[in-house]
Amino acid sequence: MMHRSYTVTHLEHLESEAIFILREVAAQFQKPVLLFSGGKDSICVAHLARKAFWPARIPFPLMHVDTGHNFSETMAFRDRFVAELGARLEVASVQASIDEGRVVEEKGALASRNGLQTVTLLDAIEKHGFDAAIGGARRDEEKARAKERFFSHRDDFGQWDPKNQRPELWNLFNGKMNAGEHFRVFPLSNWTEMDVWQYIKREKIELPGIYFSHRRTVFERGGTLMALTDFVTLQEGEEPSEEVVRFRTVGDATCTGCTLSKASTVDDIIAEVAAARQTERGTRSDDRRSETAMEDRKKQGYF
Amino acid sequence: MAETDGKDSYLDMELLRFSTAGSVDDGKSTLIGRLMYDTKTIFEDQLEAVEQTSKQRGDENVDLALLTDGLRAEREQGITIDVAYRYFATPKRKFIIADTPGHIQYTRNMVTGASTANLAIILVDARHGVIEQSCRHSFIASLLQIEHVVVAVNKMDLVDWSEERFEEIVRDYKDFASRLDIPQITFIPISALHGDNVVNRSENMPWYEGSSLLFHLETVYIGPDANHIDARLPVQWVVRPHSDKWHDFRGYAGRVAGGVFKPGDEVTVLPSGFNSRIRKIHTFDGEIEEAFHPHSILVTLEDDIDISRGDMLVKPNNRPRVDQDIDAMICWFSEKRKLQAGDKLLVRHTTREVKAIIKSVQYKVNVNTLHKEEDNLTVGLNEIARVHLRVASPLFFDEYTRNRITGSLVLVDPFTHETLAGGMIRSL
Ligand SMILES: Nc1nc2c(ncn2[C@@H]2O[C@H](COP(=O)(O)OP(=O)(O)O)[C@@H](O)[C@H]2O)c(=O)[nH]1
Repeated sequence: MMHRSYTVTHLEHLESEAIFILREVAAQFQKPVLLFSGGKDSICVAHLARKAFWPARIPFPLMHVDTGHNFSETMAFRDRFVAELGARLEVASVQASIDEGRVVEEKGALASRNGLQTVTLLDAIEKHGFDAAIGGARRDEEKARAKERFFSHRDDFGQWDPKNQRPELWNLFNGKMNAGEHFRVFPLSNWTEMDVWQYIKREKIELPGIYFSHRRTVFERGGTLMALTDFVTLQEGEEPSEEVVRFRTVGDATCTGCTLSKASTVDDIIAEVAAARQTERGTRSDDRRSETAMEDRKKQGYF
Repeated sequence: MAETDGKDSYLDMELLRFSTAGSVDDGKSTLIGRLMYDTKTIFEDQLEAVEQTSKQRGDENVDLALLTDGLRAEREQGITIDVAYRYFATPKRKFIIADTPGHIQYTRNMVTGASTANLAIILVDARHGVIEQSCRHSFIASLLQIEHVVVAVNKMDLVDWSEERFEEIVRDYKDFASRLDIPQITFIPISALHGDNVVNRSENMPWYEGSSLLFHLETVYIGPDANHIDARLPVQWVVRPHSDKWHDFRGYAGRVAGGVFKPGDEVTVLPSGFNSRIRKIHTFDGEIEEAFHPHSILVTLEDDIDISRGDMLVKPNNRPRVDQDIDAMICWFSEKRKLQAGDKLLVRHTTREVKAIIKSVQYKVNVNTLHKEEDNLTVGLNEIARVHLRVASPLFFDEYTRNRITGSLVLVDPFTHETLAGGMIRSL
């Protein structure tokens, strides 16, 4: 009998690649950690990690860098999700970094804790002796990420030097390093926002409710709709109103914008993403501070 | 498996990876910007950012090329110096572009980008025709064994959409390419700036009867690019759950590098040489009946054999070469050090890492003339050389021309851990 052609769908391809990367991390590093924000990308990475090592448990812990500015739904979701995975969760707290005087909180109405996360993250990596931190970042998210490697080398200050990255060829990833250095590893490098949503649908992955449309009190700041939470103070001229919205990313509640949307199912969201005219990060005010904002933060050791 | 109602058509979308190469100003950035723009991959906020930059610089038009431009340091120098990956999709396929700069110094980047590509687009400026750099790009495509090459003859608007000029370039290129090993070459006359033959067929070139570039990318047959003959499974990780439910479970995880594996297949384990049968192929979603590249799988065997990372499962009647002497073409990547006979390095090959010594440098290849150079055998940045290596314990390999995964390796510095070179194994 003739064999069917050996075609593979793009999602199978991406899944196999991500699983391969996750297994390489387990094999090449002594003490990896999976950075878990509770957002859809890190949920996908955790889901892939479960598949990669099944029927064994994920052989490394998850770590949440907690800004303290969370949407309550995402915290409840996080704890449930981690319990179901049977994984170990570490929490690195930005509040603790502030209390210990490691960082100084930004002042003023537009203050955000996003920048402070970097210090908390690097401290936690050092404290636990993690040598690889797996993240959910994708190359399509932002221009500065287009050249990012799967295995991204960080020096002993946790910094990323675009000139000192290792070429990655074929299936061969080089995770060797000197003492004090570490790697960031991005299994979803080749995924786009659309791929992630299609995969969530294919795998029936559960997500926190804030990704789907719901009523919420919001206000407009700098052209972005922001949720009114305990962590923000309204400025003059900012009027709260009730709208039907959803979030495209999950981050610090003080700087993550939402969009007006009636998309209440994954199918609706896939249709919305297909028609979208704004990138996900377009709704994050921290990325719009300057055109190279992301690149600057990355050099300092941001996710 | 995949549902097939129209709404979920993405469930049978394929993936095509291609690299792009051209000399500076051939219009590569414009072409990529055009492909992304016309397939609606570019978002308003990205376009706005680029419009702003264009305005600040005092450009006349919005420079679509800026859309694909990378990091600040490079922007300041006005050049692109590393491989950038870009993504777009049509309802038929998802595309991954390895965008590599064309300047001679960047052979390294071109090799890196080409290593994972199924197809290479080589841009030629219709006014300049086939130049030294086009030859270099083609040589690298053939060295890296890219199945499909598209020669995109750009800026046809500047040669009056001339069929004669196009045919002349096709002739020149074929003449040169006859010395190379490229299975399929397709020529397409385009104007990246105006969009002719990029997404839609051009009305300015009615004499051209082939398909547009995007149509070609969507339909070129990529099924058989991977090796489906020689079964190879490099073991990546041993899965031992140590749980009550899976008490004695011992599974071998890896990504199929070639051939097809099925439950019941007889396998040989390398290096031990023990034979067993595949009991099951497991996935989180259930057992599967066959696996081939690029599947990441987990297999259990009928017999209890000691197997660890770096071992390889193959079929008893189809084994790879098992040898400590390796003959390879390498491309040197390091700016910091050079390579000479006698150097001691590390080799990474499939899931193995072994010590190696460079026995000899046979010759270097001049990437522009394809001539062999044998007088100076020190290999530096961006140079391509044929070398003999001896490794401390055997590798299980195939010729690169037969299998890109089991036939490729990288060299690593044992002290700085830098990735020094990529290599393609040849038969000795
Ligand atoms: N007339 C014409 N100009 C083009 C075409 N494609 C690109 N260009 C121009 O050629 C110049 C170099 O293009 P660019 O995309 O930056 O080249 P790269 O260096 O290969 O990325 C720019 O001024 C483009 O506008 C084309 O098809 N026709």
